[in-house]
Amino acid sequence: MKQIHLAAQLPSVQHHTVWSDPRSGSQIAFDSFERLARTAERGRFDFFFLSEGLRLREHKGRIHDLDVVGRPESLTVLSALAAVTTRLGLAATVNSTFNEPYEVARRLATLDHLSGGRAGWNVVTSWDAFTGENFRRGGYLAEADRYTRAAEFLRAARTLWDSWRPGDVLADASAGRFLRDGAGRFAHHGRHFDIAGRFTTPRPPQGHPVIIQAGDSEQGREFAAADADVIFSRHSTLEGGRAFYRDVKGRLARYGRDPADLKIIPSVTYVLGDTPAEAAERATELGRAQVGPQTALMLLEALWGRDLSDHDPDGPLPRLDPRPDAVLTQGHTEYRKGRAETVRRWRELADARGLSIRETVIAATARPTFVGTARQIADAMNEFVQTDAADGFVFVPHLTPTGLDELVDRVVPLLQEMGVHRAEYTGPTLRDHLGLKPPRESRDRPAVKEFR
Amino acid sequence: MTRLHLAVALDDTGWHPASWREPGARPAEVFTARYWADLVREAERGLLDFVTVEDALGPQSAAFHLPDDRTDQLRGRLDAVLLAASLAPLTSHIGLVPTTNVTHTEPFHLSTGIASLDHASRGRAGWRPQITFRAADAAHFGRRTTPQLTAADLRDPELIAARLRDLFAEAHEVVEAVGLLWDSWEDDAEIRDRPTGRFVDRDKLHRIDFAGEHVRVRGPSITPRPPQGRPPITVLAHASTPYELAAARADLVYLTPHSRAGAVTELAAVDRARQLVGRPPGDPLLAFADLVVLLDDRPGRAAARLRRLDDTDGAQYTSDAEIFAGTPGDLADLLLDLRAAGLDGFRLRPAVLPHDLAAITTALVPELQRRGAFRTGYEAATLRGLLGLPRPAGRWAPRA
Repeated sequence: MKQIHLAAQLPSVQHHTVWSDPRSGSQIAFDSFERLARTAERGRFDFFFLSEGLRLREHKGRIHDLDVVGRPESLTVLSALAAVTTRLGLAATVNSTFNEPYEVARRLATLDHLSGGRAGWNVVTSWDAFTGENFRRGGYLAEADRYTRAAEFLRAARTLWDSWRPGDVLADASAGRFLRDGAGRFAHHGRHFDIAGRFTTPRPPQGHPVIIQAGDSEQGREFAAADADVIFSRHSTLEGGRAFYRDVKGRLARYGRDPADLKIIPSVTYVLGDTPAEAAERATELGRAQVGPQTALMLLEALWGRDLSDHDPDGPLPRLDPRPDAVLTQGHTEYRKGRAETVRRWRELADARGLSIRETVIAATARPTFVGTARQIADAMNEFVQTDAADGFVFVPHLTPTGLDELVDRVVPLLQEMGVHRAEYTGPTLRDHLGLKPPRESRDRPAVKEFR
Repeated sequence: MTRLHLAVALDDTGWHPASWREPGARPAEVFTARYWADLVREAERGLLDFVTVEDALGPQSAAFHLPDDRTDQLRGRLDAVLLAASLAPLTSHIGLVPTTNVTHTEPFHLSTGIASLDHASRGRAGWRPQITFRAADAAHFGRRTTPQLTAADLRDPELIAARLRDLFAEAHEVVEAVGLLWDSWEDDAEIRDRPTGRFVDRDKLHRIDFAGEHVRVRGPSITPRPPQGRPPITVLAHASTPYELAAARADLVYLTPHSRAGAVTELAAVDRARQLVGRPPGDPLLAFADLVVLLDDRPGRAAARLRRLDDTDGAQYTSDAEIFAGTPGDLADLLLDLRAAGLDGFRLRPAVLPHDLAAITTALVPELQRRGAFRTGYEAATLRGLLGLPRPAGRWAPRA
């Protein structure tokens, strides 16, 4: 039977995080991160994952104040977590648009050294001048270029990691040789980066940290097939998951890779109850806690591109036509493309079920969720994995820092009984947990492809 | 008697280039977390104010201004901010002060990194901004060039400073932008107001709209204001331009006097820089002296060890700082004498790790305690508290 890969993400800055719950703790104190990471490690998860922020989100020209705001820099927190965990993988989102390969490669290599081979990197791209205003060079990158830069960025980073060979650190005191000749020497000459010199940081324990790609676009799928070890996706149905799985795994051969070289783990959450009815009731309560009246209107305005503040959140969807080109929100990733199509789907949903604005938003924006008893959730997860709709899941709880407790205490033991989740870690590194081969050297990889 | 402050500068296996070949050195472990954890725990046992972690964007080199290809000395580093962060959960009182460059790294990233270290350590972060002066390091980024120092420049710190003046001008901007980003969240910006559904009070989050010659940042930060408000900023300075950076932007300056008279001269230069940049007289700027130390109980032994290390390396070790080789008692005498010139404390650079660090914590510190010149227990939970620095109000905080 296929083993289920499990990861956990700290609830971050979106409306799914229920900060109004009395059990909701700090989203910035280190204790919260430590609590979640230790829980994930207790559940023998593959890794713990942090998203990234580079600018606070704005709605109608003002900082969005309804959701959790404020988070630390991912790699710094993960380095601290490396000291209080022993096996859990530690993965950070780091943008390839507003960073440079030399710095990112040495920071990820550092995390890999400090954690004894547990580092992962979610490579993301950015296109917007809004975020760019926080950086010296501003928002300069054409959208079409962001994946070509990302691909070249990753190639440059791999070149830097390969610049120290295994065993280059001799530390031979009696012979007086600390390192081998030429250790760290590198050169990368490309369209986005033209760099050369000596890299500071010896080869990471994993060779290369685990590379993660999030996103579902054509370019994102191709990028993942060519170069990633893990892909996050967001497919809530078995059919959707299987189609995505077939498509992405089918692309790997083109790059000389096996299907097992890329793990597909969709981002999900869960609502647990002692009975199916109780779980369903809790799911309904959760939806209402996530989408208050103001949040419902804000998300509607973002989609419609109009001020809708005079609408009743408990009333019907607006009759007004959306203005699909008007940008009311910045820094949000939703609704960037295909807004007219999304509006059409929301209207259909509301009409079919007779939903109010708020009910429509709850139904349309909920993260894919396993709802049920522990047994039902374990069985549903297993069905996804055994029927190749996924290789595992990234669980994003809706509470910090206790949101993983029920999953780890009640669902994970069932998965272990079923023989589909490890009772103990078998290796020390994140690559071991994911069952990945050692990384291919940068020079043995196909040239950077132009992703269009 | 006012007490002096004591910090140690951790780097590699110690500051002497042959230190990695000493018995007791752990050169094969220098890229592991455990190696650094052992060192910082030892420093905390000694009740030291803080440790600094060195860093650079190129490998170590025997030449000040050029890379080298030597394989007989230790080469290779970890990122200092991340290394400091990994030490935070393992310690509870000691300050953690990483070095970062301010020439190639974005101020936004510097700001969130140090702020996150402050959150992870519950208020024990500091920061040592440093320009990246080796021209070769610019090729690691490929976006710009920086001045190449010549052998003639190296004769005099003022010549170096003149050549690097533009990089210092940029450093002023980066450090200012980072401070503004730390302040861009007022302390009580997070309100969690259930009745209105607002998590933050957006009126307490501020765009900084910083636009200098070199740096632009809109803000606000993505990270809430650090526990210390502003983690202490520390600057190493040998010449007028860096003195001005310290006087304008820092909480603590490291000097490198080689005598009591030299300390008087350098402190006067810092005072002149304070006047030049218009720092208010009541605004504390601590002055530490840097010293490389080799310590052994038996007289003459440390000097003999230094000679042996130099022989192993094949060259006499030189440093910008005074190199002290002697007994812990002699060093205590020297520190108290130097302090009388007006210094607030010392950053000791152990020549050999762990030997000279252990000598500091187990011999020098007790000696200073006997003389009433050093704390006998930690009396504050934050680095600012240990250093006696007030927690600053934010730039946008309402006036009391």
